[in-house]
Amino acid sequence: MTDPAATKHGPGRILIAVYGVFALAATARAGVQIATKFGDAPIAYLLSAVAAVIYCAATFALAKATVVSRKVATVAIAIELAGVIGIGAFSYAVPDDFPDATVWSHFGQGYGFVPLVLPVLGLLWLRRTR
Amino acid sequence: MFAPLTWFLVALALLAMVYAVVLAARDKRIDWPVLGAVGVVEVALLAQLVVGIVQLSGTERDVSGPFFVGYLVGSLIILPIGAFWALAESSRWGAGALAVACLVIPILELRLHDLWAV
Repeated sequence: MTDPAATKHGPGRILIAVYGVFALAATARAGVQIATKFGDAPIAYLLSAVAAVIYCAATFALAKATVVSRKVATVAIAIELAGVIGIGAFSYAVPDDFPDATVWSHFGQGYGFVPLVLPVLGLLWLRRTR
Repeated sequence: MFAPLTWFLVALALLAMVYAVVLAARDKRIDWPVLGAVGVVEVALLAQLVVGIVQLSGTERDVSGPFFVGYLVGSLIILPIGAFWALAESSRWGAGALAVACLVIPILELRLHDLWAV
């Protein structure tokens, strides 16, 4: 078994940097949305908040890089992948519930589809450093 | 808004990003020139926060205040965290991580521009 700390070094450094950016972006976005216009699209904004929590959990768990935190990261990133696919599909199917975009709407189109690629890279990286 | 100051800090952030990518490609750690450039961008971002808030308070435009100020404030914490994260890595990937942080700045400026232009 390799050293769990390998998760936060090498290419993982860049992966975690990108996760950090999304943690920050999602948190700020959800915070402003909920504080200023929650009534406009409560479902979308609550999902924004969920996405923010997931991104923060994944970022800190990857950066901590212990045996336990790697498990937390795996769960968080798996939820993230399910979220971006689920919300992405749902936002095309029922656009009326998403008048204002969340990070995961339309498979992360507003963020250059990075939200769709990121969890895949995250899971691959976790497997690679297992 | 979008005075020479913004163009300056976007250009310098992109330059720092390219330099950091070159460092990573040459298997080097981040060095003082790139940290200096990032420091100057940070000072410019601080100045932009002040200019931005002053201009927001005086504008007739329909700019979303909370989002606009959110982006201005948010842009301040990217580079310090990125630099810290890069410095704590003793390989080329630290420079790569700093390049990611540098790339975020022009993206944030683009969003600020869109918010202002609405």
